[in-house]
Amino acid sequence: MSAALGPRKPRWPLRAGVAALTIAALYAAGLGVQAGLIEYVQRILLIAGINVILAVGLNLINGTTGQFSIGHAGFMAVGAYTTAFVGVQIAPHVASLLGSGSVADAVTFNLALLVGAAFAGLAGLVVGLPSLRLKGDYLAIVTLGFGEIIRIVFNNAQFLGGATGYNGDSAAGLPTYTSFFWVFFWVIVVIGLIRNVTFSQTGRSLVAIREDEIAAEAMATPTTRLKVLAFTLSAATAGIAGGLFAHMQAGIRPEDFKFDKSIDMIVMIIVGGLGSISGAALGGIFVAVSLELMRDLQEYRLVLYALLLIVIMLVRPEGILGQRELSFGWLTRRFARKEDA
Amino acid sequence: MSEFFQQIINGLSLGSIYALIALGYTMVYGILKLINFAHGEVFMVGAYGGYFIATALGVDGYEASGAGFPLLLALVVLVAAMALSAALGVTIEALAYRPVRSAPRLTPLITAIGVSLFLQNVAMRLFTPNPRRYPAILRELRFELGGVIITNIKLAIFVVAIGLMVGLQQFVQRTWTGRAMRALSLNMDAARLMGIDVNRTIRATFAVGSALAAAGGILFGLDQITINPLMGVLTGMKAFVAAVLGGIGNIPGAVVGGLLIGLAEQLTAGYLSPDYRDAITFVILVVILVAKPEGLLGVVRQEKV
Repeated sequence: MSAALGPRKPRWPLRAGVAALTIAALYAAGLGVQAGLIEYVQRILLIAGINVILAVGLNLINGTTGQFSIGHAGFMAVGAYTTAFVGVQIAPHVASLLGSGSVADAVTFNLALLVGAAFAGLAGLVVGLPSLRLKGDYLAIVTLGFGEIIRIVFNNAQFLGGATGYNGDSAAGLPTYTSFFWVFFWVIVVIGLIRNVTFSQTGRSLVAIREDEIAAEAMATPTTRLKVLAFTLSAATAGIAGGLFAHMQAGIRPEDFKFDKSIDMIVMIIVGGLGSISGAALGGIFVAVSLELMRDLQEYRLVLYALLLIVIMLVRPEGILGQRELSFGWLTRRFARKEDA
Repeated sequence: MSEFFQQIINGLSLGSIYALIALGYTMVYGILKLINFAHGEVFMVGAYGGYFIATALGVDGYEASGAGFPLLLALVVLVAAMALSAALGVTIEALAYRPVRSAPRLTPLITAIGVSLFLQNVAMRLFTPNPRRYPAILRELRFELGGVIITNIKLAIFVVAIGLMVGLQQFVQRTWTGRAMRALSLNMDAARLMGIDVNRTIRATFAVGSALAAAGGILFGLDQITINPLMGVLTGMKAFVAAVLGGIGNIPGAVVGGLLIGLAEQLTAGYLSPDYRDAITFVILVVILVAKPEGLLGVVRQEKV
């Protein structure tokens, strides 16, 4: 407690140190994964990471804010197509500046990801502005409709390959930029971002909207603006996941982003717990792993998912973790106490 | 000009199918404030029910006997499929929706999505994902009227749909059950205090709505010639948009909305591009939600705090 009375030590050196250590550890882990694990397991890890981004992002709108999007596959598609397209367009320019190599690849990839996230966020804004003035279940059906419209547009966009999909206009397909390091780098960035929003004043307002929109409005909470903000942010994270997904394979097709994909995302957050970041992350991992385990039961996957949804809603509608968080809170509290002493 | 009228005819017959399905959405929403996502699947099961009953009764593809399929048997198929779907609707309500009726609104919504997915995928396994050719319950006859082709099937769709809608209107306005439904949609607690059996009335709502969807399914099969297990997804969504367009909870509104959606879809396909026939519905949805969220015939209800 004594620390609270004296002048506060600046915290940024500690944070910068933690960030540098994390990146170094992640890089080392990436090398380890590449050397030590077979490609099949690596791929599951990548999918799990992408799922975590999807689930944590969707949870901001579906869990924390209590609105309901069932068309997030559409935003993922916008991110995937934009990232792939922008990456292919700017790669030569970046290479002419930095020379071709892993640095140029990293710059290209991350620039393209940011543009993809921006476009997905923009799509979220366009969808959210009209529909978020309305109550939750209308929003659900509008997002569903928009998800379909986005897919239909990609299906007909000839410069993006139409129904056969986009492979960067080359026989080799899209470059495989997506690696363990970049996926989990973005996992950390997205979780950090969503965590900071959730536990800020804005986050409290979002929870207030979920709990009682009318009361929140009466307390002068700008409900529509905050809902649109949360929705845009959520769409942007789905865009990042889409970009990572796109560069994991040679090409993307409109049918990669069907309604099924949105359902996968909903299963992730409902299994984990609506309104819990760590729950959503666990749900994302659960879906990635269970999909692999059920590979032989592929045809029954959606039957089982549907049953899972119904049973969870009937038995434990708040999800397995509910709104609780698994956290390192106790760990940091311990550190803080040592510092004080 | 005759092409324009042709599109209008096609649009009206498609629209009356949407209207039949939209009625189920609007009735359930009016009472439970629930978007019954599984309604599109009830429609699909109705179509398959008609398919199997007709096949069992001896209609085999398009090689129906020269006399055509007797009208009476066609009616039997229709009524049997409607009964089947009504039973399905009531079962869904009892197993999935009743336990979560008093939960926050998102819980029943997610349950409904789950039921919808479940039925789709069970249907894919049971009926195979391949499209099936619908039996010729009615033998097609063509009339030409000033360059516009009208088939007896389109006429029958229109007549059956209008007949059922008028019947529904009478049912809701004149019978005790219908009156109980209207009371529930106004205020469920007050209705319960007045001695209305809430469970029974909700059951009746699901039965009637599902039966209408099954009729829509059979007419859809006749009109579009093939059916598949996923036919309920897009059609159901369009019908829901029709209900919103007309003013959700409002029965005449659902009919008007259905006809307008059908027309809009056909005209888009005819004059803009067939690629965007499905997208136009959602454009309409967004426009109506922004401009007049209570729908064309809906009334603004003040929110009580």
